[in-house]
Amino acid sequence: MNIRSTKAKGAALTLAAIALTACTDSGKGGISPQDLTDMLHLVMESDRAVYTKQVVNRLAKDEQVIKASEHFMDEKALPLPAQMFRFGAETVAGKTDKFSYSLQSLWPINKQNAPRTDLEKTGLKFVVDNPGQNFYGEETLGDVKYFTAVYADVAVAPVCASCHNEHKDTPRKDFKIGDVMGGVVIRVPMGS
Amino acid sequence: MGKKTVWIVWMLGVLLLSVYYSFRLFASDDQEAFLIGPATHGHHQIELACGSCHTSPFGGGEVLQSACVDCHGDELRAADDSHPKAKFTDPRNADRLQQLDARQCVTCHREHQLEQTGTMGVTLPQDYCFLCHQDIAQDRPSHQGMAFDTCASAGCHNYHDNQALYEDFLIKSAGEPALKTIAAVVQRSGPALKHPHHVLGKALAAADADGSATGDSILTDWLGSAHARAGVNCSGCHAASPAATEPQTAPIPWTDSPTIATCQGCHAAETDTFYQGKHGMRLAPGLSRTLPPMTPAQGRLTFNPDAAHRELTCASCHAPHSVDLRQAAVESCLNCHADEHSRAFKESPHFKLWQAEQAGTAAPGSGVSCATCHLPRETHAPNGTQRVLVNHNQNANLRPNEKMIRSVCQNCHGLAFAIDALADPQLIQTNFASAPARHIESIDMALRRDGDSAAAETETPNHAQP
Repeated sequence: MNIRSTKAKGAALTLAAIALTACTDSGKGGISPQDLTDMLHLVMESDRAVYTKQVVNRLAKDEQVIKASEHFMDEKALPLPAQMFRFGAETVAGKTDKFSYSLQSLWPINKQNAPRTDLEKTGLKFVVDNPGQNFYGEETLGDVKYFTAVYADVAVAPVCASCHNEHKDTPRKDFKIGDVMGGVVIRVPMGS
Repeated sequence: MGKKTVWIVWMLGVLLLSVYYSFRLFASDDQEAFLIGPATHGHHQIELACGSCHTSPFGGGEVLQSACVDCHGDELRAADDSHPKAKFTDPRNADRLQQLDARQCVTCHREHQLEQTGTMGVTLPQDYCFLCHQDIAQDRPSHQGMAFDTCASAGCHNYHDNQALYEDFLIKSAGEPALKTIAAVVQRSGPALKHPHHVLGKALAAADADGSATGDSILTDWLGSAHARAGVNCSGCHAASPAATEPQTAPIPWTDSPTIATCQGCHAAETDTFYQGKHGMRLAPGLSRTLPPMTPAQGRLTFNPDAAHRELTCASCHAPHSVDLRQAAVESCLNCHADEHSRAFKESPHFKLWQAEQAGTAAPGSGVSCATCHLPRETHAPNGTQRVLVNHNQNANLRPNEKMIRSVCQNCHGLAFAIDALADPQLIQTNFASAPARHIESIDMALRRDGDSAAAETETPNHAQP
């Protein structure tokens, strides 16, 4: 496993700018896998935060006009932020195999979302132990080599912590806003 | 026989076989010679429309996968599939895929291997759940010691559709009585809602009929039908435009035998679902070749010998002039179906309720016919307008039978009773003539876990784990 870590604060934006410059300058170097995953994560993280704060936290917790529920179809409620994220990941998976992503945690409500590969286990622990830093590495899964990046998934709104703390399947009940609750794992295949 | 003769015979044989199979493949509609084995119960009706699944002579598994999804994708999405392909394409599951490639339908559902095909068309050994969930007892201690083949065979879990079996639904429905106080199915939508795109006319009388069948039972039947009440004249079916939405520039020729396309003009939702089930799939527009309608003789259940060669179209169940829905709900079914479950129906409590409703001694919707369970009324709400339509795919809620719990059974029965009843094969054979003989513990287990969780919450309200 080849592991690198970097300060995330502001780095993602800088890297994105560099990557785009490299892409337009020569067309030879292209975008590095790390730049690519950083940019992808920026989009994911931003959309996720907007949905969590502006939709779920506002409507379900502050204004209390609609519920957010895991069984949103049956209960005519809002999908949970984690479901929204997973549905996006599953939709992407149905359209391309050029990258994939998932939401995982060391304290998963659904045990299928616990880390499985060695890199996932190491990476998730790293982003919990090193706030503000990302984790990058390479791993081989099913004869395919992947560049894998792990980003901290932080409780951005009160509803993140309260819902997880109150869920009967949660293995941890003391989350608070700002805590790292899990991680986003993004993979880019690098060939066999 | 000399060597030369052997060669000539061999070459002639090869040539004749080549000509025969080439003719079958390219010039004949009969492709039975290429059938490598009988298809499953779900596909044998269309097994000779090879190109419906084998859509391209080139390509591999992706061609078949695409064919599976084209027909079954919507159904899986509607059922909130518990194991969608997208869950398995994540590289983190690469090791699991080596054991069970759950991305491909044919991994579990192989066709043309009828002798190896089990319930739900599954061709795998029954331990397929175990491959990924063998450590379930760590997360669910109540599952400790359960046999590897009980997950999907004991009324607890299904691979695809768990809409009536997921844990929170079990808990929410736990207190329901075996028989609900108000036990009735929802009423069908009236014509205006059922046919939102058609302008309905005033009710017609005998003098209004524009056909030639005057003074006989056809006219009488029609006058008593919903068609006459909704202003549908003889010409509405016998001289109907195949595409009702297009303006006609010439008179439509009269036909004595309107086809399903005529029915479809007004009953699109009903015909669409009819095409999806075993009754109508041979007539589905998307097949690679035109097939004649299904007949009981081609079916694999037990049927009345007298009905063996009756063809299945809309008019087979709906007497075309009376369109008597009561007949279509029971007698039309029993005219053909003669298996044990069907033959037991008229001795069942359900049928007694049906008789009471027809006699006017019980509330509307409280009777239970064959159609109540197998052609259920479903509520649709496109654009906020609620419409109750009959699903004419009589197989849709049988794969697996827990699919009928929410749309059918729970109209009258509590969830626990329904789960127990549907998990009892003997009870199904007798058409639910008695109470379920076995009890499925899924709701009890869900309640115990919920209780344990609540108790733990009380004891350690802010318990933290690293």
